[in-house]
Amino acid sequence: MNMVKRPWVWFGFAVFFAAIYLFPLYWMYVTAVKTQSEIFVSPPTFWPNDPDFGVYSYVWTDRNMAPYLWNSVVIASGVTALTVFFGTGCAYVLARYRNAWVDVGLFTILMLQVLPASVMVTPLFVAFNQLGLLNWPRSAVILGAAAKAMPFFVVLTRAAFMSVPRELEEAALVDGNSRLGAFTSIVLPLVRNGVLVCAILTFMSAFGEFIYSKSIIQDPGLQPASVGLQGFLGPNSKDWNAIMAYSAIYVTPILAIFVLLQRRIVSGLTSGALK
Amino acid sequence: MRILRSLTDGIGFDLILIGAAMAFLMAMAGLPLVYNVLMSFQEVDMFSLGSLIRPWAGFDNYRSVVAQPEFWLVMKNTALFVVGSIAGQFTLGFALALFFHQNFPGSATIRGLFLVSWVMPGLVVGAIWSFILAGDYGVLNALLQGVGLISEPVFWKSDPNLSLYAVIIANIWLGLAFNMLLLSVGLAAIPRDIYEAAELDGATAWQRFRTITLPMMRSTIGAVLSLGLIGTLQQFDLFPAITEGGPANTSNVSQYWAWQMSFKLYDFARGATISVMMLVLVLFAAVIYVRSTRGEVRG
Repeated sequence: MNMVKRPWVWFGFAVFFAAIYLFPLYWMYVTAVKTQSEIFVSPPTFWPNDPDFGVYSYVWTDRNMAPYLWNSVVIASGVTALTVFFGTGCAYVLARYRNAWVDVGLFTILMLQVLPASVMVTPLFVAFNQLGLLNWPRSAVILGAAAKAMPFFVVLTRAAFMSVPRELEEAALVDGNSRLGAFTSIVLPLVRNGVLVCAILTFMSAFGEFIYSKSIIQDPGLQPASVGLQGFLGPNSKDWNAIMAYSAIYVTPILAIFVLLQRRIVSGLTSGALK
Repeated sequence: MRILRSLTDGIGFDLILIGAAMAFLMAMAGLPLVYNVLMSFQEVDMFSLGSLIRPWAGFDNYRSVVAQPEFWLVMKNTALFVVGSIAGQFTLGFALALFFHQNFPGSATIRGLFLVSWVMPGLVVGAIWSFILAGDYGVLNALLQGVGLISEPVFWKSDPNLSLYAVIIANIWLGLAFNMLLLSVGLAAIPRDIYEAAELDGATAWQRFRTITLPMMRSTIGAVLSLGLIGTLQQFDLFPAITEGGPANTSNVSQYWAWQMSFKLYDFARGATISVMMLVLVLFAAVIYVRSTRGEVRG
């Protein structure tokens, strides 16, 4: 094919497409350091005339970001812990057997995966209110969001477990291990990387969790960064450099993790999602 | 004693592992689902919020939801949001997947970059696009004017005819990565020699695409489209960030409307009712999804 003969032309196009695609991110970082007056200049400047990095420390203190980000970390850690704790064993069992019950289990999990959070939030709120769980709003959010995250985690992790040869586990059982022993000392170490990638993905998506937190957590001191960002965002926002600086502080850690682990994440996703 | 041993060393071990997970999922997702349906048939107000037994309302909630002046507008918007988002995500995602399927240096790495939107918090994506789409100082208008496509600035967020498209544009950007990734996996699974044989027989690129790629990708495409439907109906974060459903509900969709009912108007019964209506649509998509991944899921 003649296209293969000119790979550098294709490479150039690929870089061009990626640049268009990543422009919103670039725009976030550039806008953050622009001055208020430069933001509203028409036509917009594509490189800041007078970059002002003070906006980061200003937003950090003015919007009180530290507790918001801490709450995001607490919620994301809780969601990840619960998801990994319940999801790993479930994925292991679903990968180990092939029968009608496994099909029923998978079908149930897929059905629960498709429920929109905006549908689940009304009954969860009313039920948590009746149980008194709203007094521990972050725990309530963690419980709800973990159930939301688990089906995806199970489907991906199950693919990792399926790649472990059954013979290895059987050999361990013959050698006198109990099921529990074989699971923890043979199977788990082999899928450690796969589980880790899925756990990181769960953490990253829970780090941006919005709807449950917005609906359930009333106390601003316990809200995560997504709700904090929404607090000064609306159809008529004007404070764009502050909003973009806030966004940049919020997503940069996630982006860093993503770039570092990109290869692993992509291969973990592709093996589990469809194959 | 035998039961105890079975728990660490037999079928009981499997049952514990799966039972714990299923119990958790049932408590946090299954029961709320049933409760949601129950509430849609009850009268719920601030006083009866704490009790399980409430006055029975029959289909009153459903009648009053349908009678809302914005009901048909929201339904139309939801349909348009779903169709527009999926059409954009799928065509662009498929085009990019085909593009990156050509093996040129750096293709895998650059393709990986496209996934960043997928890990970003929806609120942040919404904030960035809200600024890009701003009417008088937004960069999209400046670029379109620079190219000469438009002469007057377009007020994406505040024009009632366009506000929904503002959210659709942001959602396409957000979902593009996922579509491209899944379609790439499907493309990679097609054996190369089929293409080579077809090429030897003189098939053009378009013929190869139509007679080999599309039929071989049928189950992948089915899964991607149904996941797209599910994902679009789950999309919530962009609405509070970009338009808040306005102006005058012209960019409101059912998932945001349901939330507004419950958490802005504290009308939990009607919020639950809209949710149940949505659920019918979502379950329909889920059935297509499960059917098209059936072979793969069984592994």
